[in-house]
Amino acid sequence: MVEATNLKKRFGSITALDGITLAIKPGKITSVVGPNAAGKSTFLRCIVGLVYPDSGEIRIAGLDISRDWRCRRQLGYVPQSARFPEGLSARELFALVCDIRGVASGNSKELVDLFGLEEALDRPVRQLSGGTRQKLSIVLATMFDPEILVMDEPTAGLDPLSSQRQKRWLERERARGKTILLASHIIAEVEELSDRVIFLLDGRVYFDGAPGEATRLTGQPTLERAIAAMMEQQRW
Amino acid sequence: MRQMIALARQSARELMRSWWTACYGFFFMLLASALFAFGEEPAQAVVSVLDLVLLVVPFVSIVMGVLSFYTSREFAELLLAQPVARATVFFGQYLGSSVSLAAAFALGLGAPFAWYGWNAREQSGTLAVLLLGGIFLTFIFVAFAYAIAVRTENRLKALGAAIFLWLFLALVYDGLLLGVIMAFSSYPLEKPLLGLIALNPLDVARILILLRLDVAALMGYTGAVFKQFFGSSLGLGVASVCLTAWVVLPLAVGAKAYARRDF
Repeated sequence: MVEATNLKKRFGSITALDGITLAIKPGKITSVVGPNAAGKSTFLRCIVGLVYPDSGEIRIAGLDISRDWRCRRQLGYVPQSARFPEGLSARELFALVCDIRGVASGNSKELVDLFGLEEALDRPVRQLSGGTRQKLSIVLATMFDPEILVMDEPTAGLDPLSSQRQKRWLERERARGKTILLASHIIAEVEELSDRVIFLLDGRVYFDGAPGEATRLTGQPTLERAIAAMMEQQRW
Repeated sequence: MRQMIALARQSARELMRSWWTACYGFFFMLLASALFAFGEEPAQAVVSVLDLVLLVVPFVSIVMGVLSFYTSREFAELLLAQPVARATVFFGQYLGSSVSLAAAFALGLGAPFAWYGWNAREQSGTLAVLLLGGIFLTFIFVAFAYAIAVRTENRLKALGAAIFLWLFLALVYDGLLLGVIMAFSSYPLEKPLLGLIALNPLDVARILILLRLDVAALMGYTGAVFKQFFGSSLGLGVASVCLTAWVVLPLAVGAKAYARRDF
Protein backbone atom coordinates (compact mmCIF):
# COMPACT_ATOMS: atom_id res chain seq x y z
CA MET A 1 0.00 0.00 0.00
CA VAL A 2 1.34 3.40 -1.03
CA GLU A 3 -0.30 6.52 0.33
CA ALA A 4 0.38 10.05 -0.88
CA THR A 5 -1.12 12.93 1.05
CA ASN A 6 -1.40 16.44 -0.35
CA LEU A 7 1.86 16.31 -2.33
CA LYS A 8 3.13 19.63 -3.60
CA LYS A 9 6.28 20.22 -5.58
CA ARG A 10 7.57 23.20 -7.51
CA PHE A 11 10.68 23.43 -9.67
CA GLY A 12 11.41 27.14 -9.81
CA SER A 13 8.32 28.72 -11.31
CA ILE A 14 6.89 25.43 -12.58
CA THR A 15 4.36 23.62 -10.45
CA ALA A 16 4.93 19.90 -10.95
CA LEU A 17 2.57 18.58 -8.26
CA ASP A 18 -0.25 20.66 -6.86
CA GLY A 19 -1.82 18.84 -3.94
CA ILE A 20 -2.02 15.16 -4.87
CA THR A 21 -3.70 12.75 -2.48
CA LEU A 22 -3.88 9.11 -3.58
CA ALA A 23 -3.78 5.62 -2.20
CA ILE A 24 -2.33 2.93 -4.47
CA LYS A 25 -3.69 -0.47 -3.56
CA PRO A 26 -2.07 -3.90 -3.72
CA GLY A 27 -3.17 -6.49 -6.24
CA LYS A 28 -3.92 -3.82 -8.82
CA ILE A 29 -2.16 -2.19 -11.72
CA THR A 30 -2.51 1.58 -11.42
CA SER A 31 -1.42 3.76 -14.32
CA VAL A 32 -0.60 7.44 -14.26
CA VAL A 33 -1.26 9.16 -17.57
CA GLY A 34 -1.20 12.76 -18.70
CA PRO A 35 0.38 15.11 -21.22
CA ASN A 36 4.10 15.84 -21.16
CA ALA A 37 5.17 17.73 -18.05
CA ALA A 38 1.95 16.85 -16.24
CA GLY A 39 3.93 15.66 -13.23
CA LYS A 40 3.84 11.89 -13.86
CA SER A 41 7.56 11.27 -13.42
CA THR A 42 7.81 13.69 -10.50
CA PHE A 43 5.01 11.83 -8.74
CA LEU A 44 6.77 8.49 -9.24
CA ARG A 45 10.12 9.90 -8.16
CA CYS A 46 8.54 11.28 -4.99
CA ILE A 47 7.24 7.81 -4.17
CA VAL A 48 10.69 6.31 -4.59
CA GLY A 49 12.24 9.12 -2.54
CA LEU A 50 14.39 10.57 -5.32
CA VAL A 51 12.51 13.86 -5.20
CA TYR A 52 11.34 15.38 -1.95
CA PRO A 53 7.96 17.10 -2.08
CA ASP A 54 7.80 20.69 -0.79
CA SER A 55 4.90 19.62 1.38
CA GLY A 56 2.80 16.54 1.96
CA GLU A 57 4.06 13.06 2.68
CA ILE A 58 4.37 9.58 1.24
CA ARG A 59 3.90 6.46 3.28
CA ILE A 60 4.86 3.00 2.18
CA ALA A 61 3.33 0.32 4.37
CA GLY A 62 2.78 3.07 6.92
CA LEU A 63 6.40 4.35 6.95
CA ASP A 64 7.41 7.82 5.77
CA ILE A 65 9.74 7.39 2.76
CA SER A 66 11.61 10.64 3.43
CA ARG A 67 12.53 9.50 6.95
CA ASP A 68 13.05 5.80 6.61
CA TRP A 69 15.11 4.46 3.74
CA ARG A 70 14.27 0.91 4.81
CA CYS A 71 10.89 1.34 3.06
CA ARG A 72 12.74 0.88 -0.19
CA ARG A 73 13.39 -2.77 0.65
CA GLN A 74 9.86 -3.40 -0.57
CA LEU A 75 10.21 -1.25 -3.63
CA GLY A 76 11.47 -1.77 -7.16
CA TYR A 77 11.89 1.22 -9.47
CA VAL A 78 12.34 1.38 -13.24
CA PRO A 79 13.38 4.92 -14.20
CA GLN A 80 12.38 6.55 -17.47
CA SER A 81 15.85 6.27 -18.94
CA ALA A 82 18.12 3.94 -17.07
CA ARG A 83 21.77 4.83 -16.60
CA PHE A 84 24.42 2.50 -15.25
CA PRO A 85 28.13 2.56 -14.46
CA GLU A 86 29.28 2.15 -18.04
CA GLY A 87 32.29 -0.02 -17.40
CA LEU A 88 30.40 -2.75 -15.55
CA SER A 89 28.75 -5.76 -17.07
CA ALA A 90 25.17 -6.68 -16.18
CA ARG A 91 26.43 -9.48 -13.97
CA GLU A 92 28.70 -7.07 -12.07
CA LEU A 93 25.76 -4.69 -11.71
CA PHE A 94 23.63 -7.45 -10.20
CA ALA A 95 26.45 -8.18 -7.76
CA LEU A 96 26.81 -4.49 -6.85
CA VAL A 97 23.11 -4.12 -6.10
CA CYS A 98 23.15 -7.38 -4.09
CA ASP A 99 26.12 -5.98 -2.14
CA ILE A 100 24.30 -2.75 -1.38
CA ARG A 101 21.19 -4.63 -0.32
CA GLY A 102 23.24 -7.03 1.74
CA VAL A 103 21.83 -10.17 0.14
CA ALA A 104 23.80 -13.02 -1.37
CA SER A 105 21.84 -13.05 -4.61
CA GLY A 106 18.56 -12.05 -6.16
CA ASN A 107 16.34 -13.88 -8.58
CA SER A 108 17.29 -12.39 -11.90
CA LYS A 109 16.89 -15.62 -13.83
CA GLU A 110 13.17 -15.44 -14.55
CA LEU A 111 13.29 -12.06 -16.28
CA VAL A 112 16.66 -12.67 -17.90
CA ASP A 113 15.08 -15.72 -19.54
CA LEU A 114 11.89 -13.84 -20.32
CA PHE A 115 13.79 -11.11 -22.17
CA GLY A 116 16.46 -13.42 -23.60
CA LEU A 117 19.19 -11.38 -21.92
CA GLU A 118 21.54 -14.25 -21.13
CA GLU A 119 24.18 -13.48 -23.73
CA ALA A 120 24.24 -9.75 -22.95
CA LEU A 121 25.08 -10.35 -19.30
CA ASP A 122 28.85 -10.36 -19.63
CA ARG A 123 29.22 -7.41 -21.97
CA PRO A 124 30.00 -3.96 -20.56
CA VAL A 125 26.86 -1.86 -20.27
CA ARG A 126 28.25 0.76 -22.64
CA GLN A 127 27.98 -1.74 -25.49
CA LEU A 128 24.28 -2.47 -24.89
CA SER A 129 21.48 -0.97 -26.96
CA GLY A 130 18.79 1.26 -25.44
CA GLY A 131 16.24 -1.54 -25.40
CA THR A 132 18.62 -3.98 -23.75
CA ARG A 133 19.44 -1.40 -21.08
CA GLN A 134 15.75 -0.96 -20.46
CA LYS A 135 15.37 -4.73 -20.01
CA LEU A 136 18.34 -4.72 -17.66
CA SER A 137 16.74 -1.93 -15.67
CA ILE A 138 13.54 -3.98 -15.33
CA VAL A 139 15.50 -7.04 -14.20
CA LEU A 140 17.33 -4.94 -11.58
CA ALA A 141 14.06 -3.53 -10.24
CA THR A 142 12.37 -6.90 -9.97
CA MET A 143 15.11 -9.33 -8.96
CA PHE A 144 14.45 -8.90 -5.22
CA ASP A 145 10.76 -9.66 -5.60
CA PRO A 146 9.55 -6.28 -4.26
CA GLU A 147 5.99 -5.86 -3.01
CA ILE A 148 5.70 -2.53 -4.82
CA LEU A 149 6.78 -1.91 -8.41
CA VAL A 150 7.10 1.66 -9.67
CA MET A 151 7.76 1.81 -13.40
CA ASP A 152 8.22 4.94 -15.49
CA GLU A 153 7.46 4.14 -19.14
CA PRO A 154 8.49 0.48 -18.74
CA THR A 155 7.87 -0.52 -22.35
CA ALA A 156 9.73 2.41 -23.89
CA GLY A 157 12.35 1.09 -26.28
CA LEU A 158 11.22 -2.53 -26.01
CA ASP A 159 10.51 -4.62 -29.10
CA PRO A 160 6.89 -5.82 -29.47
CA LEU A 161 7.67 -9.35 -28.29
CA SER A 162 9.47 -8.23 -25.13
CA SER A 163 6.76 -5.67 -24.51
CA GLN A 164 4.07 -8.37 -24.72
CA ARG A 165 6.03 -10.71 -22.48
CA GLN A 166 6.47 -7.98 -19.93
CA LYS A 167 2.78 -7.21 -19.88
CA ARG A 168 1.92 -10.88 -19.29
CA TRP A 169 4.51 -10.96 -16.53
CA LEU A 170 2.99 -7.84 -14.92
CA GLU A 171 -0.42 -9.49 -14.97
CA ARG A 172 1.01 -12.50 -13.17
CA GLU A 173 2.60 -10.24 -10.56
CA ARG A 174 -0.72 -8.50 -10.06
CA ALA A 175 -2.32 -11.88 -9.47
CA ARG A 176 0.34 -12.49 -6.80
CA GLY A 177 -0.92 -9.40 -4.98
CA LYS A 178 1.80 -6.90 -5.93
CA THR A 179 1.21 -3.17 -5.94
CA ILE A 180 2.06 -1.97 -9.43
CA LEU A 181 2.27 1.68 -10.40
CA LEU A 182 3.07 2.66 -13.99
CA ALA A 183 3.49 5.92 -15.82
CA SER A 184 2.91 5.69 -19.52
CA HIS A 185 1.92 7.73 -22.51
CA ILE A 186 0.92 4.71 -24.56
CA ILE A 187 -2.76 4.79 -23.71
CA ALA A 188 -3.66 1.58 -25.55
CA GLU A 189 -1.23 -0.25 -23.31
CA VAL A 190 -2.65 1.40 -20.21
CA GLU A 191 -6.15 0.42 -21.25
CA GLU A 192 -5.08 -3.17 -21.80
CA LEU A 193 -3.34 -3.54 -18.44
CA SER A 194 -4.73 -1.18 -15.85
CA ASP A 195 -7.35 -1.63 -13.19
CA ARG A 196 -7.22 2.04 -12.44
CA VAL A 197 -6.18 5.11 -14.40
CA ILE A 198 -5.05 8.36 -12.83
CA PHE A 199 -5.08 11.26 -15.25
CA LEU A 200 -2.77 14.06 -14.14
CA LEU A 201 -3.03 17.53 -15.57
CA ASP A 202 -0.97 20.50 -14.37
CA GLY A 203 0.06 18.58 -11.28
CA ARG A 204 -3.49 17.72 -10.21
CA VAL A 205 -5.59 14.57 -10.36
CA TYR A 206 -8.08 15.29 -13.11
CA PHE A 207 -9.59 11.83 -13.32
CA ASP A 208 -9.23 8.78 -11.12
CA GLY A 209 -11.10 5.59 -11.93
CA ALA A 210 -11.32 2.43 -14.01
CA PRO A 211 -10.59 2.76 -17.75
CA GLY A 212 -14.20 1.77 -18.47
CA GLU A 213 -15.43 4.62 -16.33
CA ALA A 214 -13.43 7.15 -18.34
CA THR A 215 -14.90 5.97 -21.61
CA ARG A 216 -18.42 5.89 -20.18
CA LEU A 217 -18.15 9.39 -18.71
CA THR A 218 -16.90 10.95 -21.93
CA GLY A 219 -18.99 8.77 -24.25
CA GLN A 220 -15.88 7.78 -26.22
CA PRO A 221 -15.15 4.30 -27.57
CA THR A 222 -11.54 4.02 -26.34
CA LEU A 223 -9.52 5.27 -23.39
CA GLU A 224 -7.23 7.17 -25.72
CA ARG A 225 -10.15 9.15 -27.11
CA ALA A 226 -11.58 9.61 -23.63
CA ILE A 227 -8.31 11.08 -22.38
CA ALA A 228 -8.04 13.30 -25.44
CA ALA A 229 -11.61 14.47 -24.86
CA MET A 230 -10.78 15.31 -21.25
CA MET A 231 -7.71 17.27 -22.33
CA GLU A 232 -9.76 19.25 -24.83
CA GLN A 233 -12.46 19.88 -22.31
CA GLN A 234 -9.82 21.26 -19.96
CA ARG A 235 -8.50 23.57 -22.63
CA TRP A 236 -11.86 25.23 -23.04
CA MET B 1 28.98 0.29 6.88
CA ARG B 2 28.83 -2.76 4.60
CA GLN B 3 26.76 -0.72 2.15
CA MET B 4 29.25 2.14 2.31
CA ILE B 5 32.14 -0.20 1.54
CA ALA B 6 30.26 -1.69 -1.42
CA LEU B 7 29.67 1.81 -2.78
CA ALA B 8 33.24 2.90 -2.10
CA ARG B 9 34.55 -0.16 -3.93
CA GLN B 10 32.40 0.64 -6.92
CA SER B 11 33.50 4.26 -7.06
CA ALA B 12 37.16 3.29 -6.56
CA ARG B 13 36.90 0.70 -9.31
CA GLU B 14 35.71 3.36 -11.76
CA LEU B 15 38.68 5.58 -10.91
CA MET B 16 41.21 2.74 -10.84
CA ARG B 17 40.16 1.71 -14.32
CA SER B 18 40.67 5.25 -15.48
CA TRP B 19 43.79 5.88 -17.44
CA TRP B 20 44.21 9.25 -15.75
CA THR B 21 44.60 7.77 -12.30
CA ALA B 22 47.41 5.55 -13.53
CA CYS B 23 49.06 8.54 -15.22
CA TYR B 24 48.79 10.48 -11.98
CA GLY B 25 50.58 7.79 -9.98
CA PHE B 26 53.13 7.31 -12.73
CA PHE B 27 53.80 11.06 -12.82
CA PHE B 28 54.94 11.04 -9.20
CA MET B 29 56.97 7.92 -9.77
CA LEU B 30 58.84 9.50 -12.68
CA LEU B 31 59.22 12.81 -10.91
CA ALA B 32 60.67 11.40 -7.73
CA SER B 33 62.90 8.98 -9.67
CA ALA B 34 64.26 11.77 -11.84
CA LEU B 35 64.96 13.98 -8.87
CA PHE B 36 66.78 11.21 -7.08
CA ALA B 37 68.70 10.15 -10.15
CA PHE B 38 69.89 13.64 -11.03
CA GLY B 39 69.79 15.49 -7.73
CA GLU B 40 72.83 15.52 -5.53
CA GLU B 41 71.13 15.21 -2.23
CA PRO B 42 67.92 13.45 -1.38
CA ALA B 43 66.96 16.38 0.88
CA GLN B 44 66.93 18.73 -2.10
CA ALA B 45 64.92 16.21 -4.03
CA VAL B 46 62.39 16.19 -1.24
CA VAL B 47 61.99 19.97 -1.31
CA SER B 48 61.45 19.97 -5.07
CA VAL B 49 58.96 17.14 -4.79
CA LEU B 50 57.21 19.06 -2.03
CA ASP B 51 56.50 22.03 -4.31
CA LEU B 52 54.99 19.77 -6.93
CA VAL B 53 52.98 17.80 -4.40
CA LEU B 54 51.48 21.02 -3.06
CA LEU B 55 50.55 22.14 -6.55
CA VAL B 56 49.59 18.93 -8.36
CA VAL B 57 47.87 16.88 -5.65
CA PRO B 58 45.19 19.50 -4.86
CA PHE B 59 44.60 20.23 -8.53
CA VAL B 60 44.24 16.63 -9.64
CA SER B 61 42.18 15.76 -6.56
CA ILE B 62 39.68 18.56 -7.03
CA VAL B 63 39.33 18.01 -10.78
CA MET B 64 39.10 14.22 -10.59
CA GLY B 65 36.78 14.59 -7.59
CA VAL B 66 34.35 16.73 -9.60
CA LEU B 67 34.56 14.43 -12.63
CA SER B 68 34.02 11.26 -10.65
CA PHE B 69 31.08 12.83 -8.81
CA TYR B 70 29.35 13.59 -12.11
CA THR B 71 30.12 10.15 -13.48
CA SER B 72 28.37 8.54 -10.53
CA ARG B 73 25.68 11.23 -10.50
CA GLU B 74 24.45 9.76 -13.76
CA PHE B 75 23.45 6.49 -12.16
CA ALA B 76 22.51 7.98 -8.79
CA GLU B 77 18.90 6.96 -9.51
CA LEU B 78 19.91 3.34 -9.58
CA LEU B 79 21.67 3.57 -6.22
CA LEU B 80 19.24 5.88 -4.44
CA ALA B 81 16.27 3.69 -5.37
CA GLN B 82 17.91 0.93 -3.30
CA PRO B 83 17.29 0.59 0.42
CA VAL B 84 20.23 2.75 1.43
CA ALA B 85 20.53 6.12 3.18
CA ARG B 86 21.62 9.01 1.01
CA ALA B 87 24.48 9.82 3.37
CA THR B 88 25.80 6.29 2.86
CA VAL B 89 25.85 6.75 -0.91
CA PHE B 90 27.54 10.14 -0.57
CA PHE B 91 30.25 9.05 1.87
CA GLY B 92 30.77 5.74 0.10
CA GLN B 93 31.47 7.44 -3.21
CA TYR B 94 33.64 10.05 -1.54
CA LEU B 95 35.72 7.39 0.18
CA GLY B 96 36.11 5.45 -3.07
CA SER B 97 37.30 8.54 -4.98
CA SER B 98 39.68 9.84 -2.34
CA VAL B 99 41.17 6.50 -1.31
CA SER B 100 41.97 5.54 -4.90
CA LEU B 101 43.55 8.91 -5.68
CA ALA B 102 45.50 8.85 -2.41
CA ALA B 103 46.67 5.31 -3.20
CA ALA B 104 47.85 6.32 -6.68
CA PHE B 105 49.77 9.23 -5.17
CA ALA B 106 51.28 7.24 -2.30
CA LEU B 107 52.33 4.31 -4.47
CA GLY B 108 53.72 6.59 -7.16
CA LEU B 109 55.74 8.70 -4.78
CA GLY B 110 56.61 5.95 -2.34
CA ALA B 111 58.14 3.55 -4.86
CA PRO B 112 61.18 5.64 -5.91
CA PHE B 113 61.68 6.78 -2.34
CA ALA B 114 61.84 3.18 -1.29
CA TRP B 115 64.23 2.43 -4.11
CA TYR B 116 66.66 5.34 -3.78
CA GLY B 117 66.28 6.79 -0.37
CA TRP B 118 65.57 3.93 1.91
CA ASN B 119 69.09 3.49 3.22
CA ALA B 120 69.12 7.06 4.47
CA ARG B 121 67.16 6.39 7.62
CA GLU B 122 66.34 9.98 8.41
CA GLN B 123 64.70 10.30 5.03
CA SER B 124 61.99 7.82 5.85
CA GLY B 125 60.53 10.23 8.40
CA THR B 126 60.49 12.95 5.76
CA LEU B 127 58.85 10.62 3.29
CA ALA B 128 56.23 9.76 5.87
CA VAL B 129 55.39 13.39 6.48
CA LEU B 130 55.34 14.10 2.74
CA LEU B 131 52.99 11.19 2.15
CA LEU B 132 50.83 12.24 5.09
CA GLY B 133 50.60 15.79 3.75
CA GLY B 134 49.74 14.59 0.23
CA ILE B 135 47.13 12.15 1.48
CA PHE B 136 45.53 14.81 3.67
CA LEU B 137 45.44 17.17 0.68
CA THR B 138 43.82 14.46 -1.45
CA PHE B 139 41.03 13.92 1.08
CA ILE B 140 40.58 17.68 1.55
CA PHE B 141 40.39 18.57 -2.12
CA VAL B 142 38.16 15.66 -3.09
CA ALA B 143 35.87 16.86 -0.27
CA PHE B 144 35.92 20.37 -1.78
CA ALA B 145 35.12 18.84 -5.15
CA TYR B 146 32.12 16.94 -3.78
CA ALA B 147 30.84 19.98 -1.87
CA ILE B 148 30.96 22.03 -5.07
CA ALA B 149 29.58 19.36 -7.41
CA VAL B 150 26.58 18.47 -5.22
CA ARG B 151 25.30 22.01 -5.46
CA THR B 152 25.95 22.55 -9.15
CA GLU B 153 23.81 20.95 -11.83
CA ASN B 154 26.21 21.90 -14.62
CA ARG B 155 29.47 19.97 -14.80
CA LEU B 156 31.42 22.77 -16.48
CA LYS B 157 30.35 25.33 -13.90
CA ALA B 158 31.42 22.97 -11.13
CA LEU B 159 34.80 22.42 -12.81
CA GLY B 160 35.21 26.17 -13.17
CA ALA B 161 34.43 26.75 -9.51
CA ALA B 162 36.77 23.93 -8.48
CA ILE B 163 39.68 25.29 -10.50
CA PHE B 164 39.00 28.78 -9.17
CA LEU B 165 39.12 27.49 -5.59
CA TRP B 166 42.37 25.66 -6.30
CA LEU B 167 43.89 28.75 -7.90
CA PHE B 168 42.81 30.86 -4.96
CA LEU B 169 44.22 28.55 -2.31
CA ALA B 170 47.38 27.60 -4.19
CA LEU B 171 48.39 31.00 -5.51
CA VAL B 172 46.19 33.97 -4.66
CA TYR B 173 45.88 33.35 -0.94
CA ASP B 174 49.60 33.59 -0.27
CA GLY B 175 49.76 36.80 -2.27
CA LEU B 176 47.02 38.28 -0.14
CA LEU B 177 48.79 37.04 2.96
CA LEU B 178 51.98 38.79 1.87
CA GLY B 179 49.96 41.95 1.33
CA VAL B 180 48.64 41.73 4.87
CA ILE B 181 52.13 41.18 6.24
CA MET B 182 53.45 44.22 4.34
CA ALA B 183 50.55 46.44 5.31
CA PHE B 184 50.85 45.61 9.00
CA SER B 185 54.59 45.17 9.13
CA SER B 186 54.95 47.41 12.16
CA TYR B 187 52.67 45.21 14.28
CA PRO B 188 53.43 41.87 15.90
CA LEU B 189 51.72 39.59 13.41
CA GLU B 190 52.81 36.10 14.36
CA LYS B 191 49.65 35.06 16.14
CA PRO B 192 47.08 36.45 13.68
CA LEU B 193 49.24 34.96 10.94
CA LEU B 194 48.96 31.52 12.50
CA GLY B 195 45.20 31.94 12.37
CA LEU B 196 45.25 33.08 8.74
CA ILE B 197 47.40 30.14 7.78
CA ALA B 198 45.01 27.73 9.44
CA LEU B 199 42.35 29.05 7.04
CA ASN B 200 44.24 27.63 4.08
CA PRO B 201 44.77 23.85 4.22
CA LEU B 202 47.55 24.11 1.64
CA ASP B 203 49.56 26.40 3.89
CA VAL B 204 49.07 24.13 6.87
CA ALA B 205 50.30 21.14 4.86
CA ARG B 206 53.27 23.10 3.51
CA ILE B 207 54.42 24.24 6.93
CA LEU B 208 53.96 20.82 8.39
CA ILE B 209 56.28 19.34 5.78
CA LEU B 210 58.81 22.20 5.69
CA LEU B 211 59.30 22.10 9.42
CA ARG B 212 60.02 18.43 9.26
CA LEU B 213 62.67 19.18 6.64
CA ASP B 214 64.26 21.63 9.04
CA VAL B 215 64.48 24.45 6.57
CA ALA B 216 62.41 26.66 8.85
CA ALA B 217 65.53 28.77 9.37
CA LEU B 218 65.04 29.99 5.81
CA MET B 219 61.76 31.51 6.85
CA GLY B 220 63.35 34.09 9.15
CA TYR B 221 61.76 35.31 12.33
CA THR B 222 58.28 34.13 11.37
CA GLY B 223 59.81 30.78 10.61
CA ALA B 224 61.22 30.67 14.10
CA VAL B 225 57.78 31.39 15.55
CA PHE B 226 56.27 28.65 13.43
CA LYS B 227 59.01 26.27 14.32
CA GLN B 228 58.41 27.01 17.94
CA PHE B 229 54.72 26.40 17.47
CA PHE B 230 54.43 23.75 14.76
CA GLY B 231 57.69 22.01 15.64
CA SER B 232 56.40 21.02 19.03
CA SER B 233 54.18 18.02 19.37
CA LEU B 234 51.40 20.44 20.24
CA GLY B 235 51.90 22.21 16.92
CA LEU B 236 51.87 18.91 15.06
CA GLY B 237 48.65 17.98 16.80
CA VAL B 238 47.06 21.34 16.05
CA ALA B 239 48.08 21.10 12.38
CA SER B 240 46.60 17.60 12.10
CA VAL B 241 43.37 18.69 13.77
CA CYS B 242 43.27 21.65 11.42
CA LEU B 243 43.72 19.46 8.34
CA THR B 244 41.13 16.99 9.61
CA ALA B 245 38.71 19.87 10.09
CA TRP B 246 39.33 20.80 6.46
CA VAL B 247 38.25 17.31 5.43
CA VAL B 248 35.19 17.24 7.68
CA LEU B 249 33.88 20.74 6.99
CA PRO B 250 33.35 20.61 3.20
CA LEU B 251 32.22 17.01 3.50
CA ALA B 252 29.52 17.95 6.01
CA VAL B 253 28.37 20.80 3.76
CA GLY B 254 28.27 18.43 0.78
CA ALA B 255 26.46 15.64 2.62
CA LYS B 256 23.81 18.04 3.84
CA ALA B 257 23.16 19.33 0.33
CA TYR B 258 23.15 15.77 -1.03
CA ALA B 259 20.53 14.70 1.52
CA ARG B 260 18.21 17.50 0.46
CA ARG B 261 18.54 17.65 -3.27
CA ASP B 262 16.26 16.10 -5.88
CA PHE B 263 17.41 13.43 -8.30
